[in-house]
Amino acid sequence: MISSVIVYGLVNSVILTLIAIGFSLTFGISGVANFAYGGFYLFSGYLTWMLLNYLGLPFALAIVITVVVVGILGFLTYWVILLRVRGIVLSEVIATFALGVGMLEFFRWKGFVTYEFTLPFFIKGSIEIAGVPLDYQRLLIIGIGLAMIVFLYIFIHHTRIGLSFRGIAQNERTAISLGIESDWTAALSLALGSAMAAIAAIAILPLGIISINVGYDVLLIAVAVGIIGGLESVPGILVGSFILGYAQVITGMYIAPEWMMVVYLVAIVLVLAIKPSGIFGKFKELEERV
Amino acid sequence: MVRYRKERLDRGIKVRCEDIFALSSYRETLYLLLPRALPVVALLILPMLKGVVGLYWEKVLIITCAIALLAISWDLLASVGLVSLGQALFFGAGAYLAGFFNRSFGWPPFLTIPFATLGGALCCTLLLLPVLRLRGVYFAIVTLILPLLLARVIEATKILGGTEGMSALSPLPNIWFELYVPVIALLVCLFGFRRLINEDYGLVLQGIRDNDRAVMSGAINIYRFKAQAVFMAAAAGAFAGAFMTHYYQFVGMPAFALDYSILPLTCAVLGGVGSFAGPVIGAFILVPLSELLRAFGTLRVVFYSAILIICVVGLPEGVFHYISRKYHQFERVVKIE
Repeated sequence: MISSVIVYGLVNSVILTLIAIGFSLTFGISGVANFAYGGFYLFSGYLTWMLLNYLGLPFALAIVITVVVVGILGFLTYWVILLRVRGIVLSEVIATFALGVGMLEFFRWKGFVTYEFTLPFFIKGSIEIAGVPLDYQRLLIIGIGLAMIVFLYIFIHHTRIGLSFRGIAQNERTAISLGIESDWTAALSLALGSAMAAIAAIAILPLGIISINVGYDVLLIAVAVGIIGGLESVPGILVGSFILGYAQVITGMYIAPEWMMVVYLVAIVLVLAIKPSGIFGKFKELEERV
Repeated sequence: MVRYRKERLDRGIKVRCEDIFALSSYRETLYLLLPRALPVVALLILPMLKGVVGLYWEKVLIITCAIALLAISWDLLASVGLVSLGQALFFGAGAYLAGFFNRSFGWPPFLTIPFATLGGALCCTLLLLPVLRLRGVYFAIVTLILPLLLARVIEATKILGGTEGMSALSPLPNIWFELYVPVIALLVCLFGFRRLINEDYGLVLQGIRDNDRAVMSGAINIYRFKAQAVFMAAAAGAFAGAFMTHYYQFVGMPAFALDYSILPLTCAVLGGVGSFAGPVIGAFILVPLSELLRAFGTLRVVFYSAILIICVVGLPEGVFHYISRKYHQFERVVKIE
């Protein structure tokens, strides 16, 4: 029992990290709203499905195409929509939120809701870790999650582009005066965040069927993790998802699986009441707490 | 090369009417009165036409009033600088409380609706109290997920009827009650909020939106004002929810559905933010339109989203501000010297 809590808690936490990381990169780190995140996530799932089933492409090629297409879509979202309302945070949020809802409801209308919409596992089979059976897909998710965290950490702390992402979030004018192209950087961060959503979708969606509500859940999870850990820090995302992931698995094991959603609500309300900037939130603290 | 530009000038009648309260002619009185009286009269006459337009469109009128109430509640919050993406929270709180009072205590509608309005507003205010310290986007994020989460909590814990909801609640007494209560509530909220926001109290609220630190430095407790604004906005939304519960004689998880968040938001943005009249105009455009599009099913939400994006990006002014500009000013083309 204890070992299965530990193993499945780890898997669940890494899933939450994977989901939250792309949202956090665009919104938390470079300060560009991307509330179409759930829409992009689900769109990646359906795009891969369509590439596999309508065009019969090999899985690896379908993955590459999906990630690239969704990345370009994110870039275009910035260039077509957000560029015109840049700086008006509210309009940014409303426009991207509407875009996400529009995408999700479009798929619902097209009837993409039945059980046949599943993605294949990367590798079939399972192994046993400490007496707990664990399939390779979940093991792979842990690997991808860790790789993404390491990538993100190095990317935003040690590369030019990553540093300029943080630059435009901290002070856009100063960033411009130092030669950072604000629009280009913002569009790039949206593209990267969307591509990360695609990677997360392709890794996680094989575990269940692709359904519309997953898209809303994804946004919910991303926001919950961000609020708890602090939106703008990589360790924050990690800690936030581990707290939520383990709390969920323990609730699911010892109380009832239906109560797992209640964990989010309790956690969010508690964190907001005690430390509104999140556990690791730092530089935005002064801005968000009046 | 001769170049031209557009020039906007206030109409003479507007300039005269602006500060002089002793109006000199019927024309000037009408100029001021007409835009206010016309919608009131129209709204009061509409329910009487039920023989002419049919009960179906009267039903649309009721839904329109409920959505318009949610939209002006959004606008009130927006004028304090709190942007809500989850009006369904207010609607759902009122709806569920009304259902709960009716089901558990057997109260009649004229008791449940006021109590659910006040109780729902109180619950929402308490729930949002820790969030009031957040600004802008952070508040929007939290309000976006709260109704979704509450729906999940009800689903999970099976309280208040769980997934099936509560049905067979008491109906409203008669058709006139059904039609006039939402219309009058809408008018009271519309003109009440418009008055409120221009009083000293409302100026403080607008000050909080424009520069909250400046208001704080004036030794004003802005959290108290924000909480009061949330209470008022939530009361308007909860009333709409409580009323619709008795109108449908059913309350269930759809009360927290995204429709009740995104439709009022679309109405407010389409109609024009910050005037209260704008969101009402938006509601009276969008809700009947969405009834006409009922055949498209969930594709309607895609339409709302498209309208929302187009309005936010392309027409940030809104219908109301456009109309009022045309009413108060005229435009002419002048040569650039």
